[in-house]
Amino acid sequence: MQLKQLILFILGKMVKMFILLAALCLLSFWMVSNSPVDPVQAYVGADMMLVGPEQLERISAYWGVDKPPIEQFGRWASALLQGDLGTSMIFRRPVASIIKERFFASLILMGLAWTLSGLVGFALGIVAGMKQNTWVDKAIKSYCLILASTPTFWLGLILLIIFAVWLNWFPLGLAVPAGVLTENVRLIDRIHHLILPALTLSVLGVANIALHTRQKLVEVLSSEYVLLARARGASETEILWRHGIRNIALPAITLQFASLSELFGGSVLAETVFSYPGLGRATVQAGLRSDVPLLLGCVIFSAVFVFSGNLIADTVYRVVDPRIRHKDGAV
Amino acid sequence: MKSANSLPIRTAKDTAHKNMLPKLSRRHRTLIVLALTTLLLLSIVTGSYILSDSGLSVNFEIKNQAPSMNNLFGTDWLGRDMFTRTVKGLSLSLGVGMMAALVSAVLALFLGICAATLGKTVDTAVTWLVDLFLGVPHLVIIILIAFSVGGGIRGVIIGVAVTHWPSLARVIRAEVMQLRSAEYVQVSRHLGKSRWWVATHHLLPHLISQFFVGLILLFPHAILHEAGISFLGFGLSPDTPAIGIILSEAMRYLSTGMWWLAFFPGVSLLIMVRAFDILGNNILLLLDPHKAHE
Repeated sequence: MQLKQLILFILGKMVKMFILLAALCLLSFWMVSNSPVDPVQAYVGADMMLVGPEQLERISAYWGVDKPPIEQFGRWASALLQGDLGTSMIFRRPVASIIKERFFASLILMGLAWTLSGLVGFALGIVAGMKQNTWVDKAIKSYCLILASTPTFWLGLILLIIFAVWLNWFPLGLAVPAGVLTENVRLIDRIHHLILPALTLSVLGVANIALHTRQKLVEVLSSEYVLLARARGASETEILWRHGIRNIALPAITLQFASLSELFGGSVLAETVFSYPGLGRATVQAGLRSDVPLLLGCVIFSAVFVFSGNLIADTVYRVVDPRIRHKDGAV
Repeated sequence: MKSANSLPIRTAKDTAHKNMLPKLSRRHRTLIVLALTTLLLLSIVTGSYILSDSGLSVNFEIKNQAPSMNNLFGTDWLGRDMFTRTVKGLSLSLGVGMMAALVSAVLALFLGICAATLGKTVDTAVTWLVDLFLGVPHLVIIILIAFSVGGGIRGVIIGVAVTHWPSLARVIRAEVMQLRSAEYVQVSRHLGKSRWWVATHHLLPHLISQFFVGLILLFPHAILHEAGISFLGFGLSPDTPAIGIILSEAMRYLSTGMWWLAFFPGVSLLIMVRAFDILGNNILLLLDPHKAHE
């Protein structure tokens, strides 16, 4: 019975997600087709003087941009439903394969940053919450608040100046050493290139999760069952382990899944600073060089990514938290 | 006589409002923050007018100089004074951010009120719209919008405005919903006051404060996103010295070790953002009766 409800819940969420995605497709297509940037001109670029009017017509017929927008949308949407996102103008390859390749690179970066920010943020939140209103708490709080106001890309620049230029510990950018064939790249090189971008990207999430965890822990510690535990003579560690962690872990995990949108946004900036060949960098390139198919693909893919994160957060919450499960189950 | 008189009154007042004491101190703190932020804002805006353009002229005799008394923030690879560039850039970023935050807050006010008053269909539509805009990373939407309007300031303002309204719209929607069912509003209705009268005398005074706090809290995010999008190259054109542009140019000179190119503009931006964040949060706590005593 409960499983059935869970499946219904997930199905309902997915239906909503597909409707939102369809709306997003329509909206983004309308926006790019309204762009003053002429796709043919953007494609031809500096060779504009060399290309005759007949050739221009053939190029626009090749990309299908000579048709009215509604027909273009129809063709694009029906191809999209079959999993075909079109061909990228700047890479001359199918958008789907570019996104797949780039997303894999981004996924490693984002996954590392996501885990790091989750663990560090949670730990900082617990320390601040347990040492409430002491100087430790105040220091952690101000540290988090300052981090929250720090531009991600600027932090990346500063880390590069300190660790790459001055100390020479890490490379200046890219995901692999320059001038080395892909099959010769060692794992250690990849990790070496990954550390600074991941560190930069993780910083934004730390503040969010630490402040939230602190708040929750303070609430739990001022509850009556903790008062009773204290009266029983339980130690602070015991209270934290028995009452604290159990109550604050779940909101923290949910929050972390719900933060995928910010993580993706941050990765766009971090990948640009470190010239890391991920999906965020591809989005920026697509936008700057007017690669409409790739841009649309990135927009839709990022939405799927964020929606999935939110869906996971909602599902985890339902499966793990008995209060929510029973509240709905009673109806 | 005067001092003898004022002293007992003050203590009497203090004991009468004993639990008002922390609130007063927060109020004082907020006033101080407000004064400092205003001062900072004014000095940046007036500074960008007062500072002559001579600091921006190319002068190869003093290029690539580290910070000194003559050039507080150093000079860049063309011998331009970084302090002048930073102040002018910050003033430009503040203007764009302010504009974007204002448009966004007005949008939130409009949609929030619509959702709360125009019935279930509109409410659902707005909720879905919120979900849609929360479902795509902000930066990606801004890139899309910047592309679709062909770049420039307009793209940044529209992009930032369109992505930042959902949270404030939610707050305003909840506020209007709550106010509509409040007893004094009901009584006012039954006494035969017109909708307009109720809206201007009961709803507006509450919403105005929410609106301004929302605006102040939107502002730091708006500047950060403006800087980010300019940094990526979608915003202002490279000849306008916005903070994002300055930092993206500084990025190309990273390996030369000229740290001051990136450090000072970024720190100035950080201070500005933090100042508005503190201000907004303090005012928010002051206005919220549940949190005012914390």
